[in-house]
Amino acid sequence: MDITALLIVLAKALAVVAVLMGFCSYAVLAERKVASWIQGRIGPNRTSLPVISAIPLIGPFLTRLGIFQPVADGLKFLFKEDPVPGHVHKTYYFLGPILALVPALVTVTVVPFGRYIDAEGVVSPLMLANIDVGILFLFAVSSLGVYGIILGGWSANSKYPFLGGIRASAQLISYELTMGLSILPIFLWVNAPGTEGTMSLFRVVEMQSGAWFVLWQPLSAFIFLIALFAETNRLPFDMPESETDLVGGYHTEYGGFKFGLYFVAEYGHMIIGSGVVTLLFLGGWNPLPWVTLADVAGWFGADFHIGITGAVLSVLIFLGKLCALVFLFIWVRWTVPRFRYDQVMRIGWKVMLPLSIANLIFYAVLIAYLDTR
Amino acid sequence: MIDFFFYLFAFLTLGGALLVVVSRNAVNAAMFLIVSFLGMAASFVLLEAYFLAVLQVLVYAGAVVVLFLFIIMLLDTQGGERKAFKMLPGVAAGFAFVLLIMGVLSIFGSDALTDADSASVVATGSSLKAFGYQLFTTYLLPLQMTGFLLLVAMIGVIVLSKGSGKGGKEDES
Amino acid sequence: MAKVLERKPLTLAERTYLPQILSGLKTTFRHLIKKKVTLQYPEERPPISDNYRGIPTLVKDPEGREKCVSCQLCEFVCPPKAIRITPGEIAEDAPTAHVEKAPQEFEIDMLRCIYCNLCQEVCPEEAIFLQDIYSFSGYSREEMVFKKEKLYEIGGTLPDRHFKWEKKRLAAEHGNVH
Repeated sequence: MDITALLIVLAKALAVVAVLMGFCSYAVLAERKVASWIQGRIGPNRTSLPVISAIPLIGPFLTRLGIFQPVADGLKFLFKEDPVPGHVHKTYYFLGPILALVPALVTVTVVPFGRYIDAEGVVSPLMLANIDVGILFLFAVSSLGVYGIILGGWSANSKYPFLGGIRASAQLISYELTMGLSILPIFLWVNAPGTEGTMSLFRVVEMQSGAWFVLWQPLSAFIFLIALFAETNRLPFDMPESETDLVGGYHTEYGGFKFGLYFVAEYGHMIIGSGVVTLLFLGGWNPLPWVTLADVAGWFGADFHIGITGAVLSVLIFLGKLCALVFLFIWVRWTVPRFRYDQVMRIGWKVMLPLSIANLIFYAVLIAYLDTR
Repeated sequence: MIDFFFYLFAFLTLGGALLVVVSRNAVNAAMFLIVSFLGMAASFVLLEAYFLAVLQVLVYAGAVVVLFLFIIMLLDTQGGERKAFKMLPGVAAGFAFVLLIMGVLSIFGSDALTDADSASVVATGSSLKAFGYQLFTTYLLPLQMTGFLLLVAMIGVIVLSKGSGKGGKEDES
Repeated sequence: MAKVLERKPLTLAERTYLPQILSGLKTTFRHLIKKKVTLQYPEERPPISDNYRGIPTLVKDPEGREKCVSCQLCEFVCPPKAIRITPGEIAEDAPTAHVEKAPQEFEIDMLRCIYCNLCQEVCPEEAIFLQDIYSFSGYSREEMVFKKEKLYEIGGTLPDRHFKWEKKRLAAEHGNVH
């Protein structure tokens, strides 16, 4: 590999990570805004930038929307004093936030966020690495993210973070199996007899140009979504954090930039998770069930589904669905109270796991019948 | 280039494994175990066995070590005192080591490694479909036996925990 | 007598939590699109009732005469002793010389004031009033002891039309003092 190709890959990776980080910071803003609206408040509406806010009409509108708030939040995390308590285990204390963030950023490499059709009609995915074992890679790397939480909780060397870390490890193990089992029916269907076996997410989206998987495998989608809530430590499953009974959980002893990293990692996992749900169940960049972008272009008698415009449209549709799911995450967070720890464990092992196995068996039989008919 | 990466990952695997054994702190040992597993997964990638590499990370680094950490944190094992060297375990360990070396040497000595053509390596490593097919035809008996072994272990754990924990507090984990 | 409350066992739908979560989501979504109750404070002020008890100030009558005659009743009644009056005489040649007394100095220590309204109630001349100002600050303790000038500046003029002392002066000129 020569140096230019390497640089191009590097630039692409940096661009994708930058977009992801941007999404993270604006997810924080969305969280604050939606929380305020649900509670009858207005939310951040004061932060303004010198030049842009001075533009008539648009400037004040953006300021009221809180568009510049993430800048202030980020700067706050950067410039706050970052104390290291004297009783912590230094190495792991510093390693924790990094280990939490890195997997969240690595998983984005196998997430296709659009597709490009060139003049010959060849469809290629827009993603950093189209590897054959895409979804497994994603699961594997994102499961490493929990070490950040466990190590953060353990290294802080105090009660509440420690409990948070233990809860995180127990919860991850309880729900990872469920998560993996719930998506197996999809890959059973995608890898129909006579086709090349693959676990690529791009192929899954290609298979959803007809019915979306959520329509005929709603239980799989439901189980996956719940497991995702648990894996991303979002309410009602935010056991590791549970600010009411564990102060702040695993990041109680963290402050400043290190806390910021944990914060971004949480939202990074949430956004990647939303993207995966979109790809697996909500048809990726297909605008409607049974309607592809090509069909829409056909209605207008145009060909905007190919080339750059098609690629941009596909990315926008994908991001739109992703944002809707992020909104769902936030909406649920400000609606549902936290489960008790024993309830989380009971739901995980006694309800979700048997349910996902039953779901797998049902769809395995159904798909075997459909494929061999 | 490949050679360099092989030595790097082999070093990570072996060094991590060594540090697992010599670490006094159980959490350190668990973390080095992850390093070792990741090195092994990277070695699988070099062999183009992506599926195995990902499974290595997913199952071992992602789940098994999390369980280890969970247990370590629950039991709160700090350090641990140095035990006096005993003759019998030492002899047993030495015997096991010699057995292992002999096994490796015998594989090297036989023609098993050179005979396997590269096509079959790809078939069992990279292609998911071929992998599954091999697992459920050629290697069905080992698969079933492994499953049976795990079932036995699981039943054993259930029996042990039910037997000793009578009247104790309910542990949901 | 102790009453035992029989709890009905949860139905299957209730045990899945889902109907409850969905109804909760509906509720929060209704709140999401409802009108917000936040008041943008420095720009928007809450409505204040007429009998609100803000900071006490002195007032003048529409002719610009200071109404206080330094009878010191408010100083006497003030529970936290926040008021301090230095009585003074009105000059012989002033048009309101028949009032005889006016405060030479009038201080209210806003750090001590408890906004009890007793000074306003006790004042026979309706010279001291509690305003609707509820938010003020200063950099030092001295600054928070409001002097006469400042009290008149905040209090302004009371637009009543009694003209008690003007009537008294006119009556005296016509020969009937009482």
